Amino acid sequence: MQFANILTIVLYMVLLLGLAWPLGQYMAKVLEGKPCGLDRVLGPVERLLYRVCGVKPQEEMDWKGYALAMFLFNMLGFVVLYALLRLQGQLPLNPDAMAAVEPGLAFNTAMSFVTNTNWQAYSGESTMSYLTQMLGLTVHNFVSAATGIAILAALIRGLVRRETRLLGNFWVDLTRSTLYILLPLSVMFALALAWQGVPQTLGGAAKASLSEPVAYEITPSADDLKADPSLKPKPATATEQAITRGPVASQEAIKMLGTNGGGFFNANSAHPFENPTPLTNFLETLAILVISAGLCHTFGHMVGDARQGWVLLAAMTVIFVVFLSVCLWAEHTGVPQMAALTGGHGAGNPLPGNWEGKELRFGVTASALWATATTAASNGSVNAMHDSFTPLGGLVPMVLMQLGEVVYGGVGCGLYGMLVFAIIVVFIGGLMVGRTPEYLGKKIEAFDTKMASIVIMVPLFGVLLGTAWAVMTASGKAAIANPGAHGFSEILYAFSSMANNNGSAFAGLSANTPLYNLLGGIVMLTGRFWTAIPVLALAGSLAAKKSVPVSAGTLPTHTPLFCGLLIAVVLVVGALTFIPALALGPIVEHLMMLGH
Amino acid sequence: MSGKSLSRPLFDPEIVKSAALDSFRKLSPRVQVKNPVMFTVYIGSMLTTVLFVQALLGHGEAPAGFILAVSLWLWFTVLFANFAEAMAEGRGKAQAATLRQARAETPARKLSEARRDAASEMVSSTALRKGDFVIVVAGESIPCDGEVIDGVASVDESAITGESAPVIRESGGDRSAVTGGTRVLSDSILIRISADPGETFLDRMISMVEGAKRRKTPNEIALNILLAALTIIFLLVCATLLPFSMFGVEQAGKGTVISVTVLTALFVCLAPTTIGGLLSAIGIAGMDRLIQANVIAMSGRAVEAAGDVDVLLLDKTGTITLGNRQATLFLPAPGVTEAELADAAQLSSLVDETPEGRSIVVLAKEKFGIRQRDVSQLGATFIPFTAQTRISGVNLPGGPGGSGGKTILKGAPDAIERLVTESGSVFPQAVTNHVQDIAREGGTPLLVAEKTADGARVLGAIWLKDIVKGGIREKFAELRRMGIKTIMVTGDNPLTAAAIAAEAGVDDFLAEAKPEQKLALIRQIQAEGRLVAMTGDGTNDAPALAQADVGVAMNTGTQAAKEAGNMVDLDSSPTKLMEIVCIGKQLLMTRGSLTTFSISNDIAKYFAIVPAAFVGMYPALGVLNVMGLATPQSAILSAVIFNALIIVGLIPLALRGVAYRPAGAAKILRDNLVIYGGGGLLVPFVGIKLIDMALVALHLA
Repeated sequence: MQFANILTIVLYMVLLLGLAWPLGQYMAKVLEGKPCGLDRVLGPVERLLYRVCGVKPQEEMDWKGYALAMFLFNMLGFVVLYALLRLQGQLPLNPDAMAAVEPGLAFNTAMSFVTNTNWQAYSGESTMSYLTQMLGLTVHNFVSAATGIAILAALIRGLVRRETRLLGNFWVDLTRSTLYILLPLSVMFALALAWQGVPQTLGGAAKASLSEPVAYEITPSADDLKADPSLKPKPATATEQAITRGPVASQEAIKMLGTNGGGFFNANSAHPFENPTPLTNFLETLAILVISAGLCHTFGHMVGDARQGWVLLAAMTVIFVVFLSVCLWAEHTGVPQMAALTGGHGAGNPLPGNWEGKELRFGVTASALWATATTAASNGSVNAMHDSFTPLGGLVPMVLMQLGEVVYGGVGCGLYGMLVFAIIVVFIGGLMVGRTPEYLGKKIEAFDTKMASIVIMVPLFGVLLGTAWAVMTASGKAAIANPGAHGFSEILYAFSSMANNNGSAFAGLSANTPLYNLLGGIVMLTGRFWTAIPVLALAGSLAAKKSVPVSAGTLPTHTPLFCGLLIAVVLVVGALTFIPALALGPIVEHLMMLGH
Repeated sequence: MSGKSLSRPLFDPEIVKSAALDSFRKLSPRVQVKNPVMFTVYIGSMLTTVLFVQALLGHGEAPAGFILAVSLWLWFTVLFANFAEAMAEGRGKAQAATLRQARAETPARKLSEARRDAASEMVSSTALRKGDFVIVVAGESIPCDGEVIDGVASVDESAITGESAPVIRESGGDRSAVTGGTRVLSDSILIRISADPGETFLDRMISMVEGAKRRKTPNEIALNILLAALTIIFLLVCATLLPFSMFGVEQAGKGTVISVTVLTALFVCLAPTTIGGLLSAIGIAGMDRLIQANVIAMSGRAVEAAGDVDVLLLDKTGTITLGNRQATLFLPAPGVTEAELADAAQLSSLVDETPEGRSIVVLAKEKFGIRQRDVSQLGATFIPFTAQTRISGVNLPGGPGGSGGKTILKGAPDAIERLVTESGSVFPQAVTNHVQDIAREGGTPLLVAEKTADGARVLGAIWLKDIVKGGIREKFAELRRMGIKTIMVTGDNPLTAAAIAAEAGVDDFLAEAKPEQKLALIRQIQAEGRLVAMTGDGTNDAPALAQADVGVAMNTGTQAAKEAGNMVDLDSSPTKLMEIVCIGKQLLMTRGSLTTFSISNDIAKYFAIVPAAFVGMYPALGVLNVMGLATPQSAILSAVIFNALIIVGLIPLALRGVAYRPAGAAKILRDNLVIYGGGGLLVPFVGIKLIDMALVALHLA
């Protein structure tokens, strides 16, 4: 790896960690309901929203009320988005005349955006109207991210408050997160993207006359062939090219910041209209993680001990850097068979490393960095095709998702997932020091371990059961592009992505089939809400407890030792669950690539 | 933690024998279903047994011998876990048998009313009910728990406490409680029965040591949930491996689908069987260790709470200081020599049999060689101490003429001061200063005065000092390192209390403590979210004992105190509280450490089983066989055998508890992580390799 590559990574980490601190402090003010500066401008809007919706901002909810509001709001969003997808043909803002989305895909897509997964079994530019993109997908990019922040806020309040049932008001948390955090950041970022050349227009696709007409054949459809097997491909000539565009910058901004990842175009951030320059590429990679990293400091601020936030951020950063290093090493090392064909890794080779499926504009380092960041967070956008990574390079994003998306993770949900792991660590560690375990003064008891176990188990179930189903059915296996162990990796990756609400894909899998759409939708639903609701139950249980004062007998949760233990538990739980499956996928692929 | 008569070696041959039998008895599904982790192993054992039978009939999925070997070792895993639990129970059972002898039915002399001369009839001890009256004379057993309402007797309580020296039981005061099953050695006592049959102290003690009514403690339940979750995860991991393997074989076009036997073996190896198999043994052994320390806990919850205690309330007398105060200095009034004061003080104390009085005589002798004088020879008469006057002393007859007779008085400063001023004399300021100095230094001042026909004058002050027990300061420092705060409770005035607190090194004190203040203090500490432990023996301690999270009642205490607390200390030792805290912590630490050990074991097991299971399908996976195990079958078998043997290997640790040295949480965590986390990672690599080598050497693989 050249010096420039290393510099990119270092600059990335410095900026990420440097921005996280001020952003975290700012977000703490927003979530604590304190003046944050922007409220002087947007305060009237906030109050107007409450008045219009009939929300009484002072009225707080217990965990059940909070969970109910959260769930109903999201389910309502699901219904509206589903309707929008089905009816888009009849609705305005459809310059390219997109037809209604078929029911299976509409269900999958609606579920995908409601759950912050943003798994895309479709190509945006050939499926979605502008209205759907803006009112459906972009809106959900905001509110699904805000939902994550709101749930996190409730959990933090559960840890901070004592002997109360109240966790805050979901509507207020949702509104304030959107209005004061996501919206201003997105506006700034969208402007920067537009400046760099990302389109922002409501005009339909641009038509360009080809200077050289291209001859091609139109193959008859499968249905027509069934009716008349004698049909032959018809020759045709193309003289015009349709260049799709639309309100891209506005969607792109929140797609990155809200760890959503659903691209405007099928090629996602590998498409030059989504990600035109090295600068946008760098900024977009940064935007993936910055809010999630900042929330660690928000947590530290809200619990009144910045060290508690630092330790979580440190654990995430260590795991991230280790996985990033593996991915960089694997991608820069490349495939030995390919190297033999192109003349080895030597100085004479203009492109050392694995370039398959990567944008030449970005190169190996920026692609590996993006792949690691997007799967560490529950973003799922791509600027390269993960399916074409080397086995170990592809294992990195897969495992990062399987760890439960807690390495920075999705906005809000990454940190609440990590807090659940911290509670498990405190439980085992607390026993080891001879005391009923307590985290930030809250005793961890049977109900809390039960909820924590559910949060950890549900995504694992989604991955393993989903994959098992896919490899047992004919329709499941039919979707695989590659035979052998790599086919297994493709399926495993798809369900790891959906169950953990990531949304990225090993591009090889043709996942737009009724069964994948339905099963994927269900896996995304459970992966999101069967973790969110137990987290809120946990928050409710913690809020009701007394707070135990810290003493020398208390397990300290701000030390490097605790950080190490947290890392170990996150990795061991992931490893113990997925080693057999990984052995049959990327691990054996790697060993076979090396010629064992 | 040395018990007296109750201790026995860890592997008592008799206990081992009965535990071995019990481990088969515990194979009943009704017992197995109580432990979710081991129940899954139990099902797995049955499943492989069925597969073995199927293989014998010629439809085997794997060679019958291999299935048999796996199946047998799975059964051993279940049996070893049963054995661990039976071993832990066995020690309690042996002790319960001894206690039962004491509970044997005895005849009792039941009285019709609470008078010694009331009509009596002989009834069986089991016929006695709460509120009945019995009289027990020397040589008889006390038939049931009760309270002495008349008389004094020496009682042999060795059946319960293991202590052979007899104790005094008398009506009134804090030593009125008697326990059924103990024996009156002298005199006779009238007892009001305070418990119905089956609810006596002995009954409760038997059920506690037997663990018959053992309910899972809150921490144990929480840990069980976590272990169950892990078990479910591993169950799913192994179950989904079957379709994964079918797909792999289909894609690779070679190899065989993983067999159910191997999947079961993998599952049992991964499931946290080590901690799951030892969990209940650890709980029972924790209670047992408490019993070895001669403490009976009324619930397992109390033992766990002991580990969580943040604050200890300690009685000053007996715990922090030796019971008796000692005279250490004479401070004469102006115009009086120290020797004169010593002489007068000695005279006033000659008949005073209290420890303080005796210490004055000793001090006078040490300092000025004043010898013991015969009171009768002096013709002196004794003025006894009363609570009203708070003064004692002697009347000395005068010389031959009857003149010069005087009275020497000794007593509390304010009482002596009143006496002196009332007689018209001036009370010197210097003595007032002495009194304040002594109190400030944590001592108790006593004043000596002389009364003659001319009036009264004060001679000086005696400094009585509380003697802080040796080594107690270090003990409190140790507790502080463990994060436990100590509060001294005393009836002394705040000045004295502060000085003793400083000398002993306690963190805080409650002076001029009355029972209601004690209760209020406990409530206040609990409101801050802390857990409180205390000891007590008197009836007026009962509300505080009931309020405290860990209330240890002295066995010598009253019935009310014993019922209010959640532990009874048979030794009635005031320092027992610290030992109880350590036992509580050790119990939790053992659970946590073995959980860590159990989970970190899994890494090595993956390296044994995963390559073995899939190498036929993907030969490349052979690289992962880092231990170089001989064959796939020997690898799987070695992992299963290791998994079973480690349970047996850890039984002593489960019964004894992990080593506990008082230290801060951070250090303990680091140490235990290195030992049990690091050890758990490495040990199975070595163990599995050795077992594999042994299997090869024995031509079993």
